This record gives sequence, structure tokens and C-alpha cells, in this order.
Amino acid sequence: MSEFKVVGKAIPRHDAWAKVRGELKYADDFTLPGMLYAKVCRSKYPAAKLISVDISKAKLLKGVKAVLTARGVPRNETVTKFGQSTDVKGGFEGLYRVLAEEGKKIRFVGEPIALVAAETEEIAERACDLIEIKYELLPGVFDPEEAMKPNAYLVGEEDSNIVNEFGCFTGDIEKGFAESEVIVEDRFEIPFLDHAYLEPEAGISWLDDYGTINIRVSSQVIEHFRDVAEVLNLSHNKIRYIGTMIGGGFGGKEDITVESFIALLTLKTKRPVRLVYTREESLMAHSKKHAFIEKYKIGAKKSGKIVALEVHYIGNAGAYTYLTPWVGLYATVSAAGPYKIPNVKIKTQMVLTNNVFASAFRGFGANQANIGYESIIDELSRKLNMDPLEIRRINCMHTGDALSTTEQVIKTYVALPEAAEKAWAGVGEPTVSKDKNIKIGRGIAIGQMSYGRMTFLRDSSRCYVKLETDGSLIVRSGIPDLGGGQASLLSQIASNELGVPMEKVKVYNTDSMLTPLAGTTTATRQTYMSGNAALKAAREVRNRILNKAAEVLNVNPDKLDIVSEKVIVKYDESEYLPLTEAIQACNAAGIELYSEAQFNAPFTGIPDLTNIKGMTFPDFTFGAQAVEVAVDIETGQVKVLKIVSCYDIGKALNPACVEGQMEGGSIQGIGYALSEDYALQKGIPQTPSLAEYLIPTAVDSPEVKTIMIESGGGLGPYGAKGIGEPSFNNIVPAILNAIYDATGVRIRQLPATAEKIIRDLKKDFFKK
Amino acid sequence: MGEYKIQLTVNDKKIIATAKAEESLLKFLRRNGFTEVKCGCEKGDCGTCTVIMNGKTIKSCISLAMQANGKEILTAKGLEKIEIGRKLQKSFVQHGAVQCGFCTAGMLMVAKGYIDKNPEPDKAEIRKAISGNLCRCTGYKKIVEAIYDVAAENHRLEGDINV
Repeated sequence: MSEFKVVGKAIPRHDAWAKVRGELKYADDFTLPGMLYAKVCRSKYPAAKLISVDISKAKLLKGVKAVLTARGVPRNETVTKFGQSTDVKGGFEGLYRVLAEEGKKIRFVGEPIALVAAETEEIAERACDLIEIKYELLPGVFDPEEAMKPNAYLVGEEDSNIVNEFGCFTGDIEKGFAESEVIVEDRFEIPFLDHAYLEPEAGISWLDDYGTINIRVSSQVIEHFRDVAEVLNLSHNKIRYIGTMIGGGFGGKEDITVESFIALLTLKTKRPVRLVYTREESLMAHSKKHAFIEKYKIGAKKSGKIVALEVHYIGNAGAYTYLTPWVGLYATVSAAGPYKIPNVKIKTQMVLTNNVFASAFRGFGANQANIGYESIIDELSRKLNMDPLEIRRINCMHTGDALSTTEQVIKTYVALPEAAEKAWAGVGEPTVSKDKNIKIGRGIAIGQMSYGRMTFLRDSSRCYVKLETDGSLIVRSGIPDLGGGQASLLSQIASNELGVPMEKVKVYNTDSMLTPLAGTTTATRQTYMSGNAALKAAREVRNRILNKAAEVLNVNPDKLDIVSEKVIVKYDESEYLPLTEAIQACNAAGIELYSEAQFNAPFTGIPDLTNIKGMTFPDFTFGAQAVEVAVDIETGQVKVLKIVSCYDIGKALNPACVEGQMEGGSIQGIGYALSEDYALQKGIPQTPSLAEYLIPTAVDSPEVKTIMIESGGGLGPYGAKGIGEPSFNNIVPAILNAIYDATGVRIRQLPATAEKIIRDLKKDFFKK
Repeated sequence: MGEYKIQLTVNDKKIIATAKAEESLLKFLRRNGFTEVKCGCEKGDCGTCTVIMNGKTIKSCISLAMQANGKEILTAKGLEKIEIGRKLQKSFVQHGAVQCGFCTAGMLMVAKGYIDKNPEPDKAEIRKAISGNLCRCTGYKKIVEAIYDVAAENHRLEGDINV
């Protein structure tokens, strides 16, 4: 193995310059001659039978080139996928319905009904208004507990609103509670969240000379080319995805957004078609983070040792299944946190309602679990009069322990209680309040979050590396870059292995026809999966160079390394072969200086979903966050003063990028804890724009202190673990626990708004 | 509503073009090729469309193209011609203040506008100054540091020994 020359350094990303210069063309910045503008006509009602859609007037409007309803979609109903090349079945692949169908049910406000393509955006908009839609309004069901009742209104065509049920049992739960000396029970309610990436959904499609539909789009999943092909009833190789740099994703661009719509309209009109959502449309129409109702019961000995845990989750899936089953599975596996508990009973039910559909969101079900277990354990520590760090020390897992839910043994380093201790210490001296109405409090939370996909998805990633004759390097990968530096990381790895400076490495990414498919940028999988694929490909090329250079230099190849464009003899750097000469020698001998490598994650079978056991994820990232808050007990306002985020990231391949995730994840968590609530009243969104849906600004955000533990024990390249989603775990319950510490108010319904805190603090007043 | 011919300067380039009476400056600029001015919400909430007009930092989505008639506009693409602009760009890159980059052009403009007004800001003042510009990726820390370092370097160069 080569030494770390480039890996481990905070190198500026290759895309950063194009971004600061304003040169980078995002999905919305690209136009084509003869381009049409698309608009989507959407449902105004959350629950209705679609009686008829009359497009005759819209079609007559001058400048309108196409109006499409479900009748015009070759295959209007397929299944939702997210890049997997194998079907899991068993209810995991839900219904993907492109446009609402006459005679069937409308399920949510914003459900697409018809599409328009026109010469201008204004004409397309007017044409949408001319579409006459007849609905028969239906009562709908909006609360998941109502939706589970036997005679509940049915959201869809199935005979139950329950999408999936999952279970996990360990030990004997009855016995566990019988042995408990202290029992705490509570119920938490967690709202829908919006991803609120700054870039609304956008894409453009066109037909090329050979009849292929090209789609240039901001997507986390270029493998959706297959799903769009299914909708158009074309073979998979007739659709090409060209992914753009993404203006933020967080899971919200994991499902298909605009692509099916523009592809259909291009197929119909033979012209380029562009569709860009407005912010209001984005909020209304794309997926949300699942709202959860959580019932927790925990039993412990007076010593603080936890002996029993019972959890019941009810996940609100909204109107369509999308990735709901997977989210439910994440929550179930995560439900007991990183704690050793001998008796565990977990039950999860994911339920359809007439709200906007929920799907992927950074954390994917693990966060909702984390909020629950870290709140109940905090309550338990209070009841036991025990230090919050101490109760975690007593009960946390260590290396070689198994998760209490699935009993999957964690073979890599479990950085507990180390991360908790470091985070807690990192908060430093307590802030002293100068105002009697400002109360200071501290909170901590710990957790585990998977990196890499569920193992029964049989995940793989591919990468291509090629040394050019001039010594420059080409990396090709289907890797979508969300802004986390995913694409740049691959060049860093290739650069490190082949001794080519970063400025001479060119990454070409996200072209479903031309770049090896690398899988989705989701599930904190790219450093692990594509990082390993890049490493494998680079090492193959490296070995060929070293073998050839060894012949030339007449030394053993294992005595050689490639540093700064020279193949050097280790320990005697005066003797070397310039890299370009080694390349020449290889080319002259017909030795291939390219490699396309595939990395496979561990593969498992589909678990028994009624009692999930064994490996479900390749590995987990462990960490902790500690915070200090100030609460104004006169107004209920919370200010987060300090955040310390401590994770075992295995090896920080680019510390600036890792810090960026840890800082960004923490601040996104402030929104989740304190202000963000995608509220719906009978299915009607109450936060239609960013003026109502409040994400943290710079003044709401403290400076996050990051502590990286580099255990070297991860499954990624050079021992790295994933950090994208884990960094967003722990922060929410840490804030809620700090609010309790400051005020004695336990937040059971997120977010912790000033109003909720003040109502609790002054409950005696409100009772009168 | 009608269309009007307007004349303005964008990054030292003279533009003569027609604008609809109700057209936002954001739409006008993007339609004329200045796609570095981003559209994140079109109602003044997010700040991705921030530009500088005659020295004043504005959100172009809630300004009319007509209001820019006869004015000078600076966008992120014009920063390279200005020393402080180049420094800010470099500082953002080096600090890792750029992730998805969709807020970056607007952030740079608000930073440039603010440093012009207050050359010696502390970090709290910078946070306040950029609070009308949202970023969902970075958590703001590296953006604040990137701006602070440029400002700090500036007064060092001016001989301010307190920095």
C-alpha cells in the first residue's frame, strides 16, 4: 500500500472553483434551442375520486405543444425503486404512479394529474389552468392511528392502509420488565420534515440522433434511467441520464422528481423539454421525512443497568409507499440504539395517510429511533438521579458486542463510551447566565448509524481509472455529487495511489451510458462503496506500472512506490523512473493502463421481517453529540450555544469534507429540534414556502466543534467509515435533553417551539 | 403589461434588452445568460439570487428588471475583476465553505457588499450580515470563517495592528 500523500489532507474540491466563479451549470442553468417548457397540473384535494380530466381547452391554447394525462403514459403504473439491480419483493417495491388515473383515487394535495409542454413558461401555466378536472371528494384519513383502525378510509386501492410491519425480539420482554426496579414509559411525536435543499428540482430532456432520450437532471440516483424507460415502455438502453452537480439532496432527490414528466413530453413532442419546480411546488410535491409516533417503555435496575425495552413505532408514510418499507426497517433495527439490553421487543407499523408521501431523508428512519431512545434514556437517568453520561457508560455497546435488536455483531471499533466522553468534555466550562430568566442546560445523545445499504439489497459500485500518455489521470464513475465532495474523493484516492497530483486528475461522473454505474449517492454509501471501487481500480493500474518499472529499474516491485509523478525506489529516492516513462514502457509492451473495478458489499438474504435477525447492514458509524442551550423562561425561546460533534470516522480521507458533514449535519439538526415542521391540516400543507418552513440561518447556528476519532477500523478505503447521515444523528435528542436540563420541560412533540416550552413552563397559568 | 427596452451594466458589460414590466431582475438576468444568479425561492427568503446594484446588496428575485435600468449590477462572475472578490472566492475554496454550491454565488455577493460597508467585522456581525442567505449544507461555520479571514487580512494590509 502506498503511504498517505493526498488522502487524509484537507484538499479543496475540484468543483469548488467552478462554483465560486459562478461557472458551474446546475440543472436549471442549461438550455437547448427549440426547448419547450413543462408544467405539472396537480390535485387541489387530498382525497378524491378522479372523475374526469378534460384537456380540450388547454390543447387549443396557442403555443401549447402537448398536454398529457395518464391515458397518454405508456406504462403509468410501475414500482418505486432506488437504483437496486435486484428486486426484493415482499412489499418492498411500492406503487409508482406517474399521473393520477380517472376512476381511481387522488391521494394527496399536489398529486400530479396532467402535464403540459408549451413554447413559454407562461403559456404552460395558463394551459394548466384551462385543464378541467372533475373530482368526487372523499373524506380521507390523515392521522396514522386513525388509518390503522379496521374500518378506516382506505387511502389507496389496497384493502389496508398498513404498508409494512416489522418486528424484532430478543430475550423475554415480560421477564425483563418483571425484573426491572424502575420503569419509564413515554410517547413521542415527530413531524414530517422537508429537505429544503436550496436548489429546487430541475431537469431537461432531449432526443438525440439515434432516438435515445437524454435527461440532464439533478438526481441522487442516475440508475433511475431504468425506471423512466419502464414508464415509457422503452428498453433500458434507450434512456440516458446525465447527472448534474446537485444543489443539495439529503434524500429528497433520491426518488424520481421531474424525469418521467420531461421524458414523456420529449417522447411526445420530439423536442427538448425543461421542467423546473418553483419552491412552493417543491415543498408541496416532493417527498418528506416520515412523521413518527413512538411508544417507549424501558425498565432498569437501580444500578442503572437497562434490562428491558419495548418500542412501538407508527410511521406516517403519507400517500404512496415510495421508500417507506426501507425507512421502517432502518427504524426497527436502530430502535434500541447502541445499548446492550437483554430483553427487547420492537414493533413497527408503516401506514398510508392522505398527506404528501414520505420517503428518503438523511438518516432514513434511524433518526426517529434515535430521538426516541435518547429521550427515554435521558428520562430514565433523571428518574434514577444518575448522570446522563454515566447511564450511557453503563449500558453502551463495545467492540464485538451485538446490536440488541438484530443481534448483528459489530466487528469494527465501537467508539463508545469514548465518543460520548469526548463530546461531553468538549462542551467545556458551563456558560454562566447573567439574566435570571435565561436558564442554561446541557444534553448529550449517542447513537449508531449504518453506512452502506441494507445487505440484502446486494449493493455494488464500479469505477474506471486510466493513466493517459502524458501522465494525467482520468476517473470515470456514475457517482452523483450532492455537494459532499463525493466525486472529488475518488480523484483523491486515485491520485494517492498513482502519484499523480490532484490538478492532473479529471473526474467524469454521472453519465449512465458512459460512466460505470456507481450506485446511488444515498445511505452514506459512496465513500465506502465507490471509494473502495476507485481504490481497487487504481491499485490494478498501479501494480502494472510498478511491475513494468521494476523491470526497467531492475529491482523488486515491492521496493517501489509512486510519488509526485515518479516511480521511486523506496528509501533511495535518487533512483527513480519518471511516471511518463513508465507509462511509455507499458504502452510499448501493450500493458493496459486502465481498469474498471467493481466493489461488492456483503450480500445477505432477506431477513424474516417479523423478527429481524443477523446482518442487515455492512457496518455502523458510532458517535455522540453534546450541546449547551440557553432557554428564556419568559418567552420559551431556545438558543443553542454550543455543539460538540464527535464521531469515529475510521479515517478522515478529506478532513475538510468530514468536518463539513459534521458541521452541516449538526445545524440541520437544530432545525429538526427547534423549528422545522412540515405541518398539514387535513392534508393541506401549512408551510407552503421558506417563509413558513423555517430552516436555521447563520444567527441561529453556533460554531460546531468537531472531534474526529480515527480508529482506522472502517470498511471503506484506508479504514474509513461513512459520516453523511451519522452526523445528523444524536443532535436532535441532545438538544431536547439540554432543554430538559435547563427547564425541566420534556419535549414529546417536536419541534421544541417557544410556544410549547412556555405552555409547559406556565401550565398552572394555562390551567386557570 | 408591455415590454420595455432597458439598458444596464452587468459586470462591466453593457446590456440593452427588453424586459417585461412585471419581470423580476432575477428572471431578466438568467434569461440573458447570467445563470450564476440562482433561483431558490423567488420571494426573498433564501438569498441565492443576491447581486449588488450600484453598491447596494439586493435580492434580485424581489427587484424588478425595470428598476435596474441605467444601473450597474455585479454578480459572482464579476468578482474576479475585483481584488476583494478574488480573495473571497479563494477563501471560500480554501476553507471548504463550498459544498453543493447553490448558495455560494449569493453568499459571495452578500459578503462582498458587507465587507465594503464594514471592513472590520467580527464573526457575530458576519453571521448577522449573511442571515438573509440560507445554506443547508455547511452549517455556516466555514462560510463565516472564509469571510472573516478576508476581512482580517484586509485590515492587516491596511496596517491595523489590532488584528
